[in-house]
Amino acid sequence: MRTTRSKRKTVNDTLINRFDIVRREDFSDVTYLLEVHHPMMSRAAQPGQFVIVMSHSDGERIPLTIADFDREKGTITLVIQAVGKTTLEMQQTCQVGTSLYGMAGPMGIPSHLSGAKKVVCVGGGLGVAPVYPQARAWKENGAYVIGVLGFRNKDLVFWEDKFRAICDELIICTDDGSAGIKGFVTDGIKLALEKHPDIEEVVAIGPPVMMQASAEATRPSGVKTMVSLNPIMVDGTGMCGGCRVKVGDVVKFACVDGPDFDGHQVDFADLMVRLRRYKEEEKAATERWSESCRMRNVGGEVIAFPE
Amino acid sequence: MAKKRTVRSIPQERTPVRELDPVVRATNFEEVNCGYTEPEAILESTRCLFCPEPKCIDGCPVSIDIPGFIQKLGEKDFRGAYDVITGTNLLPAVCGRVCPQENQCEGVCVVGESLVPVAIGRLERFVGDLAIQNNWVSLPYIEPTVYKIGIVGSGPAGMACAADMAKAGCEVTVFEAFHEPGGVLRYGIPDFRLPNTVVDAEIEKLEQLGVKFECNTLVGRLFTIEQMIKELGFHAVFIGTGAGYPTMLGIPGDSLNGVLSANELLTRCNLMNAREFPNVDTPLPLGKQVVVVGAGNTAMDALRVSKRLGAENVTCVYRRSKAEAPARAEEVHHAEQEGIEFHWLSNPVEILDDGEGSVYAMRCIRMELGEPDESGRRRPVAVPGSEFEIETDQVVFAIGTNANPIIGQTSKLKLNKWGYIQTDENLMTSMAGVFAGGDIVTGAATVIEAMGAGRKAARGMKAYLGIRDVGRADRTEMLFGLSVREHNFTRVRSA
Ligand SMILES: Cc1cc2nc3c(=O)[nH]c(=O)nc-3n(C[C@H](O)[C@H](O)[C@H](O)COP(=O)(O)OP(=O)(O)OC[C@H]3O[C@@H](n4cnc5c(N)ncnc54)[C@H](O)[C@@H]3O)c2cc1C
Ligand SMILES: Cc1cc2nc3c(=O)[nH]c(=O)nc-3n(C[C@H](O)[C@H](O)[C@H](O)COP(=O)(O)OP(=O)(O)OC[C@H]3O[C@@H](n4cnc5c(N)ncnc54)[C@H](O)[C@@H]3O)c2cc1C
Ligand code: SF4
Ligand code: SF4
Ligand code: FES
Repeated sequence: MRTTRSKRKTVNDTLINRFDIVRREDFSDVTYLLEVHHPMMSRAAQPGQFVIVMSHSDGERIPLTIADFDREKGTITLVIQAVGKTTLEMQQTCQVGTSLYGMAGPMGIPSHLSGAKKVVCVGGGLGVAPVYPQARAWKENGAYVIGVLGFRNKDLVFWEDKFRAICDELIICTDDGSAGIKGFVTDGIKLALEKHPDIEEVVAIGPPVMMQASAEATRPSGVKTMVSLNPIMVDGTGMCGGCRVKVGDVVKFACVDGPDFDGHQVDFADLMVRLRRYKEEEKAATERWSESCRMRNVGGEVIAFPE
Repeated sequence: MAKKRTVRSIPQERTPVRELDPVVRATNFEEVNCGYTEPEAILESTRCLFCPEPKCIDGCPVSIDIPGFIQKLGEKDFRGAYDVITGTNLLPAVCGRVCPQENQCEGVCVVGESLVPVAIGRLERFVGDLAIQNNWVSLPYIEPTVYKIGIVGSGPAGMACAADMAKAGCEVTVFEAFHEPGGVLRYGIPDFRLPNTVVDAEIEKLEQLGVKFECNTLVGRLFTIEQMIKELGFHAVFIGTGAGYPTMLGIPGDSLNGVLSANELLTRCNLMNAREFPNVDTPLPLGKQVVVVGAGNTAMDALRVSKRLGAENVTCVYRRSKAEAPARAEEVHHAEQEGIEFHWLSNPVEILDDGEGSVYAMRCIRMELGEPDESGRRRPVAVPGSEFEIETDQVVFAIGTNANPIIGQTSKLKLNKWGYIQTDENLMTSMAGVFAGGDIVTGAATVIEAMGAGRKAARGMKAYLGIRDVGRADRTEMLFGLSVREHNFTRVRSA
């Protein structure tokens, strides 16, 4: 028997195996929202969990946080930043009426909602979306919720209204001061800590540098700070060990032991080095893909590559 | 049988099998072992003595009627041979390829006492491949029952349980976390040992039996085992989620870039087809000097995959000696042929950082064998002052796995102290109607043992549901006017 690529491509037209995109919204030219139909998952999803998405059969399995879920409509919301081949390609191909090839989840241990009475929910850039379900859950638990959202500039701000609706206080920070206060989320955290000495917990989600800075900002006061780690993943089921992170000298698998960990214990330097692992390959893939898009453009096709 | 065969009268040499040239094959993923042709299989079948008390059957974890199928094969009744095998083993094309036969059926074959034992595995594979080529399915007469069965995990354990329950007339759904079914058979064992097309064929046979596959379904998180019984209407559930969770090296430097588990390497390569990068999106960084730690089947696969992906030097580091290596003998032999270097009796102590967070070398220490330990194998002890360094840019560890934690995290099932699921002798767990088997119960084992466990659990499940297997009562006669090959199941208790 000769070895050939597996030809198995059955599409089971069953309940779970259809992932139709029912809504799309573009927040900026790099950030977009997809709402995917998956009634079963919308019932199971909890704040802090994520999914693994494959956009097509030769695609990569990429982890994306569940930014929202609507149990009545039976949908899962993802907010995606186009940073490389897969996310750029999805920005073009994932339109309302199309389907994802695969979406598995919800994965990870749901965020532990402590009985804290006053909390700060920090979202940096794309972390704004994943911190939303946690902020909302806390609000529903009766906590006083302070939102701190960081963006590079005014044009990138999204979901301000959604947060206003559930936060008792909202601090928006932009790098250039074009909206809210001028500064980073750490400045927002400091403001909140000064004003409210009785803050019991901080949750910070965003790029590793931002989470590290947030953890440092709260370290002096010792306020519990949870972060949601985003190492490179393959399966998301605890099988490959690719997502391992160091937390207080113990090796943990972010996909099954996390993704939430105590920010004061996380070895961020290790995480950042490991995130660079596939740099070369990622760059090659993105370049190759954008090259092919330009070629297709020349051929008169509709796909446009965002320069 | 005209004349009784004796060890003297049979062909003294085992019929050789064609294999790809080691130099050529180390650059591609073509299957190494080409399998017997028909004349070769028939010639080899004449080496079986048809022992009155065949020891080989005791050696096989699922007790295949080995002389029975070999006899049919010798008579060129290939379909008959297939039916004998599938009486107990659902996946002959798979097991014939990957069973550690030298420790199982062939290890105890009587011929082996004076000659090389009968090539049972190769014969089994020959029959299994014929079945796939000719699309033979034993589609039994199935009397539908009202029962709905949920299977968690699509590895060999889950596949076996699914098939048996489907044949018992139940409506069976298999849930798999990955986007493709097959478990280790798909993501672990590489194409040059077990082509994914063979796995596809086996899955297709299950689909023909009416088994439904639901991929992209992480049970425990999307819904729990408890919910399957209470809300989703499953009358019984089988858990075959495998071991998975790789063990870390636990030495300094094991989180450096360039250090990865064999599972990650193999999943990227086999499941995500990363070897075709950038035509597919999943990358797989290639080391030039690859070191693999461990000497089990997983380690052999990682070694040989690395070689095929273009590494210049591929080295195996194992703390015991070759005699203790847990891999199948054939795989170690193939690896040696392909130019893999072996450092037996060596243990890694540290992985060295190039200053930028990547690996540049591994420090090892020589070992010698001391007193036997609990497992009966001689315990390796370090030789003081014998440290040495191996230059490397990729370290792959294949030193075993632990229980996958997800089901344990999300259900109230009783686990043992290592996190594996506890079962009784019928493989029922602490929850009524929920069965478990395969690696998630025993820890990492073999394909055939996982398959055997799936079938055993199916028997337990049928007893639990009150489904009686009438067709199995007598192999030689007709029963109620039905051929015994048509397993006729009768439901004696209503749901
Ligand atoms: C638990 C978890 C939740 C996540 N949630 C979201 C989310 O809600 N929205 C979102 O846009 N992104 C999220 N990410 C990151 C997202 O998975 C990556 O952006 C995506 O895999 C990049 O793929 P790509 O092919 O487009 O880019 P690539 O070309 O693969 O990479 C481009 C850049 O992204 C980084 N990167 C690559 N893979 C990952 C990864 N798995 N995790 C983090 N960074 C990576 C690389 O270091 C590189 O700098 C999450 C990651 C994890 C682990
Ligand atoms: C690289 C490698 C090589 C091997 N070589 C050999 C060999 O040559 N010969 C041999 O006999 N044995 C070999 N083995 C061992 C053998 O493959 C295993 O013992 C066997 O596959 C175990 O079968 P299983 O059905 O218990 O689990 P698995 O095959 O591990 O299948 C479990 C499946 O369940 C899925 N799953 C896990 N959790 C969930 C969940 N929560 N929800 C849904 N699905 C889930 C997984 O994705 C997986 O597909 C090898 C193993 C490896 C890793
Ligand atoms: S299933 Fe494995 S052990 Fe049993 S006869 Fe076949 S090769 Fe031998
Ligand atoms: S023990 Fe060997 S010779 Fe005897 S029946 Fe089995 S395979 Fe044939
Ligand atoms: S992603 Fe593979 S173990 Fe976590």
